[in-house]
Amino acid sequence: MKHLRSIGLLVGILILTFSMTSCAVDKDKPIDIKEAVLGHMSDTYDWHITTWGGHHISFPLPVIVKHHEGNWEVFSSEKLEHGATYNGFYIDHERQGKIFEQGFDDRPWDFSITKNVVQIWINVFILLLVFIPCARWYKKHDLRQGAPKGFVGVIEVLVMSINNDVIKASIGEQNYRPFAPYLLTVFFFILVTNLMGLLPIFPGGANVTGNITITFVLAFLTFLITNFSGNREYWKEIFWPEVPVWMKCPVPLMPVIELSGIFTKPFSLMIRLFANMLAGHAIILSITCVIFVTYQVNAWVGTSLSAFSLVLILFMNCLELLVAFIQAYIFTMLSSVFIGLAHPEHHKKIIQ
Amino acid sequence: MQNMPSILTPDFGLMFWMLLAFLVVFGLLAKFGFPTIVKAVEDRKNFIDESLKNAREANERLANIKVESEQILREAHEKQAQIIKEAMATRDNIINEAKGKAQTEGQQLLEDAKKQIAAEKENALADIRSQVADLSVQIAEKVIRRQLQNDDEQELYIQRILNDVK
Repeated sequence: MKHLRSIGLLVGILILTFSMTSCAVDKDKPIDIKEAVLGHMSDTYDWHITTWGGHHISFPLPVIVKHHEGNWEVFSSEKLEHGATYNGFYIDHERQGKIFEQGFDDRPWDFSITKNVVQIWINVFILLLVFIPCARWYKKHDLRQGAPKGFVGVIEVLVMSINNDVIKASIGEQNYRPFAPYLLTVFFFILVTNLMGLLPIFPGGANVTGNITITFVLAFLTFLITNFSGNREYWKEIFWPEVPVWMKCPVPLMPVIELSGIFTKPFSLMIRLFANMLAGHAIILSITCVIFVTYQVNAWVGTSLSAFSLVLILFMNCLELLVAFIQAYIFTMLSSVFIGLAHPEHHKKIIQ
Repeated sequence: MQNMPSILTPDFGLMFWMLLAFLVVFGLLAKFGFPTIVKAVEDRKNFIDESLKNAREANERLANIKVESEQILREAHEKQAQIIKEAMATRDNIINEAKGKAQTEGQQLLEDAKKQIAAEKENALADIRSQVADLSVQIAEKVIRRQLQNDDEQELYIQRILNDVK
């Protein structure tokens, strides 16, 4: 009975959605799938919710830009809607939909609170809301009172499994402690950001980890930590590795390879997270577009193919849940491995 | 560069905000979040390990005490048996000794009694003898008073009798 009711509800929602889409689709105007997919994944100056009857419903967000002459401007993104110009600033849709100043070809300084920035701060807020109360639980309870139950228990299991199985295992028992907070923060930041990116509407839905700027910042932080915490052994292995002399003396073959390795490691971190999240979003958005494209043919083709693509979307979303976790896990694990490689003493000890 | 999609081109403003937000959340969680959780869990783990160790030691000690108490009990049993054995031996000794003593004492008493009896008998015999002598003298007096008129004859006779008596 319970199952019957939920199946009935699902079918009802399906019929409603399909009838709505068939109304919404403009039969004469072809759909630009590339524009739709990329548009949904791009960073924007306002938070677009939906389009209802040709009218855009969106939150305006603050724009913070600097004139080429020198003074800063703060105004609502509403003022730039529909190609409007405000104090010489306009959004150039030909050039990635960024803000430009009239009469200048290069971008002004632009610290606008964009959709992605809002999403990042929402994620930061969620992270603080999850972990600070959890930490307070331990402050309030004596350890003799036993392990926490419920939500705090789940968080404890997650934190400790990452701490012990990923960070401690990759860096080594002696050195892992100073790096654990950074790596745990990276893991949970990426995890929450990935999961929030899967939500179709506010307060999620912004494609943050599928933006190269974000993954660049994360990979760059790992790069800095790896190389600034690396000890003498690490630098010796880069510039004077234990290989036959002819491989490093007249032509510094190995040092060049090792030196490029310093940069390719974080680069691979950056690209891996970015490409995986981007691909997931792109596939889900493309399959969603199938619904709109097929309704342009006719209602029957549209309905039958839409049912198929709905199943695919459900499957992709489940897969993306998995990918959201795996990518956060891999980023953290590889960061730990790179930091561990910068502390090579304990490897030697194992060999001895 | 500007022909590429915007997600592929780094944006300085977004980078600034991302860095700021990440450093804020990292600072707060590194100060108030993760170390507290990890430390609490590790402390609890150490506490549990120590409790288990203590419990194991207590168990071992308890087992030792059991063995010890059994040994003490066994020893006590052995001692008890030995004491009983000794007591029995002592009792037998005492009885034997008493028997011997009683025998010798009885012997002594018997001998004393015999001696006394012998002495009494001697006394009695002497008494009887003297009385017999008296009686005989008296009888003899009477007899003689009548028969012997002369002193010489009498004297002689008496002498003869005396010699016979002796």
